[in-house]
Amino acid sequence: MSYSKPLNLIIEGALLASDNPLSLQDIANLFDKDKPSKNEIQKIIDTLNDNYKNHSFEIVHVASGFRMQVKKGYDDWVSKLNKQSSTRYSKAFLETLVIIAYKQPVTRGDIEEIRGVSVNPQIIRNLIEFEWVKVVGHKETPGKPELLATTKKFLDYFNLKSLSDLPPPTELEVL
Amino acid sequence: MNTFNTNNSDTSIVFNGKEITDIPEDLFIPPEALRVIIKQFEGPLDLLLYLIKKQNIDVVDIPILPITNQYVKYINMMQEMQFELASDYLVMASTLAEIKSRMLVPNETEEEDEEDPRANLIKRLMEYQKYKNLSEQLDEIPRLNRDTFIVSKIFANIEKKDTMPTIDLEELEIAFQEVLKRAEIFASHEIQPEALSVRERMSLILDIINKNGTIKFIDCFTYKEGRMGVIVTFLAILELVKESLIDIVQNQDYSMIYLQPVTS
Repeated sequence: MSYSKPLNLIIEGALLASDNPLSLQDIANLFDKDKPSKNEIQKIIDTLNDNYKNHSFEIVHVASGFRMQVKKGYDDWVSKLNKQSSTRYSKAFLETLVIIAYKQPVTRGDIEEIRGVSVNPQIIRNLIEFEWVKVVGHKETPGKPELLATTKKFLDYFNLKSLSDLPPPTELEVL
Repeated sequence: MNTFNTNNSDTSIVFNGKEITDIPEDLFIPPEALRVIIKQFEGPLDLLLYLIKKQNIDVVDIPILPITNQYVKYINMMQEMQFELASDYLVMASTLAEIKSRMLVPNETEEEDEEDPRANLIKRLMEYQKYKNLSEQLDEIPRLNRDTFIVSKIFANIEKKDTMPTIDLEELEIAFQEVLKRAEIFASHEIQPEALSVRERMSLILDIINKNGTIKFIDCFTYKEGRMGVIVTFLAILELVKESLIDIVQNQDYSMIYLQPVTS
C-alpha cells in the first residue's frame, strides 16, 4: 500500500473535517485504490483513540458512524462558546420521545394511551423537524394513523450506536 | 385502604389551625400548594402518581377511596381557579368514580375470580411510571451540545458562510429550451418587422423587476415575438446578470427559476 501520507493521519484528518459522522464505508471510499479494509480502519480508530488519552477529544461511535467530539466533562467551559444555551426539553417532549423510542412504531393514539393526555401536535412536529422522528407507515385501522419511529439522527444526538444502547426499562413489580 | 380515614374529605384546609388527627403528615397536600405545581403535571396519570407517592403507598395497592376524593378535590379546585382543564382529567375522574363504586358495591353475581376493578388503572399507572422513569433517564444521557461537542462542527462554523444556491448552467439551458419550444408554436404567426434591441429589453426587464420585485424567469418571455424575441430576452437577462443588475435564484433543483433585484 502506498499513500503519500500516513493512513492513520488521513483518517484522522477526514474525521476532523467532516460535519457528519463517517461510517467505515465512508472512510474506505476516501481512497481510490488500495482501499483499506473495514477491519483495518476500525483498528486505526482504536489506536487513534488510545493516543487521545491525554487529549480532550475522542472518536465516538454513534448510529451513523464515527465522529470526533470533545470528551464528556468539558461542557462547563465549552458550552460557553455557544451563544444560545442548550435547549431544555419539556417533560411532555421527553415522555413523547421516549415512548416513540421504546415502543416504535407507534401511533399518536398509543402515546396518548400511555400518557393519559392528548398529544401536543407541536411536539410531534418538532420531533419530525429535528429529524429525530419520522413517519414510517400507516396503521391499517380506521383513519390510517401515522406510525412514528426514531431515526439515526436521534441516536447520533444522544451518542448512541443503536436503540439497544438506550437504558433498559426498569421492570416494575407486576401484580 | 382501611388505614385511611375516609371521612376527612371535608377538612379541606390545614392552614386554618384545625388539627387533623390520624393522618400522616405527608398524606394531605393542601390545594394551595398545588396552585404552584399544577402546571407541572403531565396529565391525570402524572397527577395520580404524585398523589400516590405523597402517601407512600405502593402503586399496586391504591386505596381508591381517599385517592379518588383527593383527586376530585383537586379537579374542582383547578376548575375554580379557572384552569383550562383538559378533558383528560375529567375522564380520569369518572374512571376513578366508577372504580370506587364498583368496589363499594360488590358484584351480586359474584364470580370466583372477578377482576380487581383497579387492575386496569394500576396497569396504566405502572406503564406510565415506566416511561416517565425512562424519559428522566433519557434526559441524563450525554447529549450533543450539552455534554459533548462535535470537534469538526467547530471547524465548520468558522468557515461557514451563507451562500446562495448555485444554478447549474445546464438547468438554465433546459429552462431556455422549454421557452424556445413554446415560442416555436407561435413563430409562424408573427413576423418581427424591426430588430429588437437587447439593451432595450434589458431596461424593460429591469424596470419590471424593480417595480414588482421577484418575477418568474419564464414570465419574461413574450411568445408572440417568436424565436427572435425570445432570444433577445434571454440575452438581455444574461447581460443583466453579467452586469450584476439582477440575480437569478432557484430554491431547489428543478424548481421555478426567479429573477430578482440584486441583494447587496
